[in-house]
Formats: sequence, C-alpha cells, structure tokens
Amino acid sequence: MPELNLTSAPAHLRHGSSIGQPMTRRDGVLKVRGQATYAADNHPPGMLFAVMAVSSIAHGRVTSLDVAAAKRHPGVIDVMTPDHKPQLAIDPEIKTNPFVFRMEVLQSDEVRYANQPIAVVIAETLEAATEGAVLLAPRYEMLPALVGLDAGESFVPPVVGVGNPAEIHRGDVEAGLAAADKQIDAIYETPPQYHNAMEPHAIVAHWDGDKLQIDMPTQGLMLSLGRVAELFGIAPDKIHIRSPFLGGGFGSKGLMAGPPVLGIMAAKLVGKPVKLVLRREQMYGPVGHRAPTRQRLRIGADADGRLTALDHHARTVSSTFDDFYEPAADASHTLYAAPAIRTSHDAVRVNTGTPLFMRAPGEATGSIALESAIDEMAWACGMDPLAFRLKNYAEVEPITGKPFSSKALRACYDQGAARFGWAKRSLQPRQMRDDAGLLVGWGMGTATFPALMFQAEARAAIRGDGTGAMEIGAHDMGQGAWTALAQIAADAVGLDIDRITFKAGTSDLPDAGIAGGSAHTATAGAAIHSAGAAVIAKLADLATNDERSPLFGAGNAGVIARDGRLIRRDDQSRSESYTEILARAGVAEVEARGTGAPNPAAMEEYAMHAHGAVFAEVKVDPELGQIRVTRMVGAFAAGRIVNPHLVKSQLFGGMIWGMSFALHEEAVTDRRSGRVMNANLGEYHIPVNADVPPLDVVTVEEHDPHVNALGIKGVGEIGITGSAGAVANAVWHATGVRVRRFPIRIEELLKGL
Amino acid sequence: MKQFDYVRPATVAEAVAAAAQPGATYLAAGTNLLDLMKGNVSRPDRLVDVTHLDGLDRIERLADGALRIGALVSNAALAHDAEFAKSYPAIAEALLSGASAQLRNVATVGGNLLQRTRCAYFYDTASRCNKREAGSGCDARDGENRAHAVLGWSESCIATHPSDFCVPLVALDAIVEIEGKNGRREIPLDELHRLPGNTPGRESALEPGDLIVAVRLPAAARGFAAHARYLKVRERTSYAFAIVSAAAALRIENGKIAEARLALGGVAAKPWRARAAEDILKGVAPTADVFQEAAWRALSDAKPSGDNAYKIELARRIVVRTLTLAAAGTPARIPALPASPFASTSGAIHA
Repeated sequence: MPELNLTSAPAHLRHGSSIGQPMTRRDGVLKVRGQATYAADNHPPGMLFAVMAVSSIAHGRVTSLDVAAAKRHPGVIDVMTPDHKPQLAIDPEIKTNPFVFRMEVLQSDEVRYANQPIAVVIAETLEAATEGAVLLAPRYEMLPALVGLDAGESFVPPVVGVGNPAEIHRGDVEAGLAAADKQIDAIYETPPQYHNAMEPHAIVAHWDGDKLQIDMPTQGLMLSLGRVAELFGIAPDKIHIRSPFLGGGFGSKGLMAGPPVLGIMAAKLVGKPVKLVLRREQMYGPVGHRAPTRQRLRIGADADGRLTALDHHARTVSSTFDDFYEPAADASHTLYAAPAIRTSHDAVRVNTGTPLFMRAPGEATGSIALESAIDEMAWACGMDPLAFRLKNYAEVEPITGKPFSSKALRACYDQGAARFGWAKRSLQPRQMRDDAGLLVGWGMGTATFPALMFQAEARAAIRGDGTGAMEIGAHDMGQGAWTALAQIAADAVGLDIDRITFKAGTSDLPDAGIAGGSAHTATAGAAIHSAGAAVIAKLADLATNDERSPLFGAGNAGVIARDGRLIRRDDQSRSESYTEILARAGVAEVEARGTGAPNPAAMEEYAMHAHGAVFAEVKVDPELGQIRVTRMVGAFAAGRIVNPHLVKSQLFGGMIWGMSFALHEEAVTDRRSGRVMNANLGEYHIPVNADVPPLDVVTVEEHDPHVNALGIKGVGEIGITGSAGAVANAVWHATGVRVRRFPIRIEELLKGL
Repeated sequence: MKQFDYVRPATVAEAVAAAAQPGATYLAAGTNLLDLMKGNVSRPDRLVDVTHLDGLDRIERLADGALRIGALVSNAALAHDAEFAKSYPAIAEALLSGASAQLRNVATVGGNLLQRTRCAYFYDTASRCNKREAGSGCDARDGENRAHAVLGWSESCIATHPSDFCVPLVALDAIVEIEGKNGRREIPLDELHRLPGNTPGRESALEPGDLIVAVRLPAAARGFAAHARYLKVRERTSYAFAIVSAAAALRIENGKIAEARLALGGVAAKPWRARAAEDILKGVAPTADVFQEAAWRALSDAKPSGDNAYKIELARRIVVRTLTLAAAGTPARIPALPASPFASTSGAIHA
C-alpha cells in the first residue's frame, strides 16, 4: 500500500488551532476518485478467490457435500471442509477472554444457524468459486429450529451487554407504582436487525513463509491481531494487518468473526494469497446482529406528573452456543429522575448467529421503548412531552445517584425545541393537518449514550525540518478518523495540520484501542494529546537547558508550542523554532510516546454521558397509512467537538438510523426454518434518499473537565437514541394510534385510521 | 455461477430460433434475471441477448392513432418522453414510481412485463416453491406472507406480480406484440400473465422462443389523458415494491364518467383489471359514494392468503383515492414523488 495522499480543501478557517475546525475529510478526494484502497481492492499476484458455502438450515448437521462435483468444475482449486482444512492452534470454541466469541471455522459438521459457513471453495475466479459452492449441494440431518422470542425456556443471563448486571434496582419500584396516580404498563417489540455496511466483510490473506499479510476492514486492529495470532499459533510480530479504510463498521467489524479466519485458513491451505468477500446475504448470520427484544415498561407518576417508579424489563435472545445479551433495559438508568428504578432482562436461546454489537447496542432498542413509554405517560398526565421530561429531569444519575461530569441536556431541549418550533404543538393527537390533508404529527425523544474510553498509545515525533509525525493504529470507519485525529495531532505538536505526517490504520502502529463504544476519538485522541505533550516536553528540555536558546531557563512548564515554535509563556516575544532547537542540539528528531486511558477516579465519582434531544415531524396519509418523516431537529451535547463538520455527519447518520429503526428496518425471519427471508438490500428496508427529510443538527456547547484531558464524549452512536422514539411518538401524535411493535407497519396503523 | 452459453443474434428471427431451445432464456437489461442467476434461482443454459437487435427501441405513433413502444425502450426513456407522458400520464407516473433511477435507465419495456415475482420463498432456493419447482409445495402459504396475493391466488401459489408499469397498461387495454416460431401474433396484456391455478410455474401465455417485440396502446388509450393517475402504497418513499397500487383512468363528459378504467397492482399474480368496478362507474357522476361502491366491487372476490387481510381494506381505500385523484384531473406536471401519497408534499425532491 503506497503512502496515502491525504489532502483537505484549501480554504479552512484557522484560529490558531486545528481542533474545532470544520475541515472536510482528508481522505475525501481519494474516495471520490476511487483511489482509497479498501480491503477487497487488494489483488496480490497469484491471488485466488474463496467463496463460502453456507447452511440453508438453522439447526442440524451436514451429512454430505459433493466435493468431487465442485472440484470438477473448471477453475476450482480446492474445497475446504471440516475434513480438509489447516489445523488451528487452539479450539475456536474456547473463549480465551471476554471479547472472544465463538465462530464457525469448519470445526465440525454441526449447524447452529442459517447462513453458517459449512465449506469454502477456492478457485481461480470468483465465478468458478461461486459455482463450486453451489455444486457442493449439501445434504443435512435437520433438527427443529429455535426461532423467536418465545423459542424456549427463558432464563436470566449472568450479565448483559459487556459485563452489566442483568437486574439492578434502586428504590422500591412496586411501592412507587402502588403510590402512583397514573400508571402505564405497555409492551414494545423490536425486531432483529442485521449489519448492512456498504462494505461487507472482506479479507485478502497472504502467507509468506511464517509471515501473514492481511488486508481486512477492522475496528480493532490489535484485538484482531491477537485473535489471529492465537488461532494460528504464530507470534503477533509475524502478522501485519492493513485496514486504512472501512466501508462502515457499526460494531460488526470490531471482533474477529469466522469468515475472515476462513480466508486466512484458505490461503494457508492452498499456499497462495486468497480473497474472501461475503455476499450481501451472508452478512445475515456469522458477523453479529442486533437481537430482537420484547420490552415491558411499567411507569408510575403522581398527580403532578412526577415519576414515582420506572420498571423496565427486556426479553431478548442469544444464540444456542454463546452469550451476548442486548442490554435494552439499561437505557432506563440515566435519563429520568424516578425515585425507584428497576431494570431486568431475561432471554431465550435461538438458532441464529450470536447477536453482537450493532450501533448503540441496548441503547437503541431500549431508547425507542423508553421514549415511547415516557410519551405515553406524558399524555396520561395531560402534559406536553417536553414539559413532562423537564419535570422529571435527572439532576444526578438516577440509578447510581452520582453527579454528572457535565450535562447540558436542558440546553439541548431548549435549543432543539426552539429550532423545531415545538411550542406550537397541539397537546391532543390527530389535530394537525397540512394543506394536502395529510395528518401531521410532532414527537420528541431524549438521546443519551455513555462517554466511554478504552486504552490507547501513540507515538509522536518532531523532525529537524520542522515537521511532525504522529503514529497510532487508529481506524477510519468513514467517521473521519483520518481528519479528526490528525487535527488533534496537529495541535498536540503545535504544528499546522499540513506540517505533520499522520499514520494510522495498520497493525504495526501503536495500539489505538477498539473503534467502538463511541470512544475512538476520545481514546485515540487522548493518546495523541499525551504523546504530543511528551515530545514537546523533550524538545523543550533541549531548548530550556541550553544557554544559547532564548528559552533558556524557562523550564518545561514555561513554554507553549505553536506554529512550529516554542514560546515562553511569560514573555511571548521570546521564542525559537523547532528547526533551530533541533539543529543546535545536533538531533535529527525527537520522539515520545503517550497513552490514553479512562480515569478510574473520575469514573468512580461521576456519571459520564452525552445527551441530546431529538424532535421529529411526520406526515401520515389519513386513509392509506403510509408514513413519511418530513423534518428532524437534533440538539446534542457531547463535550468538546473536534470537527463540527464530521460530527454533524455522524449525528445525521445516527438520526437517519433512528428513523429507520422506527419505520423500516426488520429482518423477516421464517418462523419454521429460522432463515431470514429478506437478506438483501432490496427487501431489507433502510431509508433511501427520498425518505430522508431535511435534518438539522445543533451541537450544544458543553465543557467537561472530567471525561478526559480533551473533554471529548463521542458522537458515534447517540444519534440513533432519541431519534427512533421521536419518530414513533410523532406517528402517534399524527394519528392517535400508538403502535408498539417496530418498525411501525402500515397494517398496524390502518387498524386505527 | 453456472457456466452458460451467451449468444447475440443479429435478427429477431435468429433470436427466436436461439431462444426456442430448451434451457434458453432472453437477456435484456438483466435487472431481474442476473439477480436470479446469482441467487441460483434461475440456471439457464443459454442467454440470448436481445439488446443489440435493431428496431426494438423506438416509440412510434401509428396511423390509426395507436402508440407502439419497442420492447427495448428503457423505462426511463419512455417515462421521460414528453409526448408520451402527456398522452399517457398514469403510465409515466407508474414507471417513475418503480425501482430506482439507475434501474429505470436500463430496465426495458419487455423485461418489465416479464419480471418475476418478489415472493421471498421463490428467491430462497431452500424453500418449497411450486413456481420454481413444480409440485414441491408452497412455503409462503403458512410463512411470512403479509405482502402476498389477495386475488386470484391458489393453494399452489400466493405470489404477486410486482410490476408498476403493467398496472396502467392493463387498464388502458395494452396489446403485446410477440414474435414466435410461427411468426408474429398479438395478445391483450391482460391475457399475457396467467393466474397460478395448479401450474404456477407457467406464468405467461408465451411459448418457448416467443419474444415480446412491442407493447401497443390503442388509440382509445389517449382519451383518458385528462383524468389518469397511478397511486402506490409502499413501505418507504422510493425503491420499494407496492403493497397495493392502483391505476385509474376516466373519460369524463358533461360531468359524468363516460368510461372508466381501473386496475390494481400488488394484489395478484397478474396486473388486476377491475372490470366489474368499471361498469359501476360508467355513466354516473364521479362522486365519493360511487367510488366507494366501485372499490367494494373491485375487491368483492378478494380473500386473504395469509397475514394480509389488511391489503383488501387498503386496496379498497387506494381505489377510492386513485379514482378521486383521477377525477380531480391529471396534474400539469408529474409529481416530484410520482405515485406517492406524498406527491403533493411541498419541497419534495425527486425520488
């Protein structure tokens, strides 16, 4: 891979700092010219094509594969099966750490879900491999499939999400409900949803002796590296992963899934580079998805509209062979000041791939149910939904009682409502119509997502020619890491962004942590910030200890770095350029490392969350029931905004996904076979351009001194939360029909129209 | 994918001869066929590419006032032909409400008529499907079938025909011109598609080798231009098949409906002409009551084939609405969101 030629549009405003500037993405020109190299764009010499054959049954055993027929097909080189494959160093069923999930890499003939890989055909062309996979004509011994939220005996999982308790409470919920003047008891259902990033999972694997070169989109270079090393029994330093661009990750590319491992195995089997790309329908199984939920909310409020209790129970599913539980009910922990809160989960096991992380896992599913129920309670209390939310505004985190590190939600409500014109909303539903007679409804939802951080390291350098370098194995999933992290890097070393070399996206760079949990900018940014400070400190040592320097005697704390110069803090007329300092010292380059990590003391003391308020307008045909979102306003407070332009795009994307959650997305699963029947982008509906209304995003200023040194909270996932509920609530306000099954289907609405 | 022969005949006669062989199928734009082949649903031995045949991409006004549309005219070219859109506005609106701009640019008139159902069980080769494999059974019948047929279905098959274009075409008495082994013949579009009965695999009246070369709109079809609409209820604003759609065309004289045409889409294995409802509308004033009565008559034979009883009520409502819109008059411009209930939304960007 040649050096990336990252550029940005020339006319950016500068006010002495790169952070805060709305720079366009520096990889944009590469992308529009088709020059950005995605994993599947790599074609090393001699490369072969691998195609997975996947199971059409959801449960049972493969009893035969016609390998001979596949191998007879012209161009087919080999067929990898449970009986013919390279041995792995460890059993893939062993969970070596909590971030290892079981995968199907042909370890047996057992079938645990539909679309599970059961063989891999390797051929000279994609077409030959594809036909080879068909010619395998698998036969099965079929067992009944477990499908749906009532598939079997339910149980309480040991933990939900990542290590959260399945049940948690504060205060006496039953007493609170008993004392309530008004009660809501409602059940909401959300469907299974599958990852449909533009770029499906793909890998080009190339063994060179005992070395392994991998091109693969990943949100976690080091986690992937570690997993590959462990599975193949090779030292991590023999593996090189390149992942400069992802065509979307959304949680599906965070942990090593089975299919890329199969690509590496196939390359080993045939001794040549191999490319394996998932077909769209093959995304519906082995690479994680959002589990369905059925959520019951019981809410009590007193005569003044103050919550007395909030009880949120979520039923979800996991696979028959591993454990991940969508922590939907946990969405009720932080937003509303009920004196008694209980959240609980139970689950059943079904024949699917293990559900995993999908943009705002738990928060998205939980938010649409919670925001719907809050809206129902506001109506029951005869209150405006915003007034009701303000009345129950949480001044401290309700579930823990901790103060918030910062919380500008009130400003989000104010600014969002003002931009939307919320004050003109009718309290009663089905009161508003447009000129064409369409029903008009306005709804809102509160958005929230935790401000997380992982661990990262970065390496910074300042060179004799006055330029800088920053290296970190960060991940650009399309969110703009190439740009936002470089902005942080530029400020960290006191140089203009065009004067630094920013390297990211490969596994030989310092560990940037996983790009997930909306934490990448905060985590990698903190490491970059710290590495920059460390390298400036070294440079300052050279200058302030040298009596020939105008900075002599200023001490480390006494200089600031700006525009390639160190400047005395107390006397800004005295300064010296990096070039001069290094030249005099006879040093070609100074280098330092820095780390970013969460601060346990601050986490102990404060609840840390981003917040927002989303307002939506929908129109509904009063007889035909078709729905269209016509306007959305989102106001978000997420700490420091590194790049307002990119942040806006992230929030737009989240809001559109929220709308999609309310109105479109659903994997239709055949209740007998367990197969997803709409595993393609034609039938698995996500919004198209004509569905996306004018979106208005406001970022509300918020200074947070506790989350991390840069005050960044993250914006990757929060946009879905609040938005889905806002759209659902707007549909109710337009029609007076409360649909509690998502996505809202026309037939549900027609019943009440 | 499966290896197949690809032939590119120079003339229609050569095409017919090549396609009459067992295992052969015509290839036009391939917007449906190639997906079917990639999904292993269709496994032809031979593709007969007709896209290079001369003379099939013209729109011609005939001496008798009819319009002849070559089978290779693209959906986009036809819809954007100003004269066509003015004369047959409901057809143009239907075309523009289908698929996406990219697909419309390549999809052809002939191919649109012969597109296959979107029943998921037809596409899922692990499911039983009488249409795909005669006598294997129908997994849609007790499956996920909320979008399936409510008219003309059988125990063998409950699939629907997904075309938008065919709905106003069948309402306007379109005629299909076919070249076959025994020369040229023509049949009404209404007789092209077959209801499933016990042989759902036999989807049309076409014989092996038959090539649709043109669709003809008789002169009378122009008489409805002032009152013709197509309306489509779908689950997103664009790029979705109809749950139910309707085409209504009225000839109004002296405040009364001299002649009415009505057809439904998304309800049956063929575009569904509602002649009994048309009879009710003939000679009466266009009122809400009479539209209601027509709607009831249009759906009088409807019955759910699964979780789709709502489609019957929805179809009644869409009939009333489409007739109401048609009576109000064809808009001067095709709406920015063609055939959408949100057509009148101000500021809409073209879908």
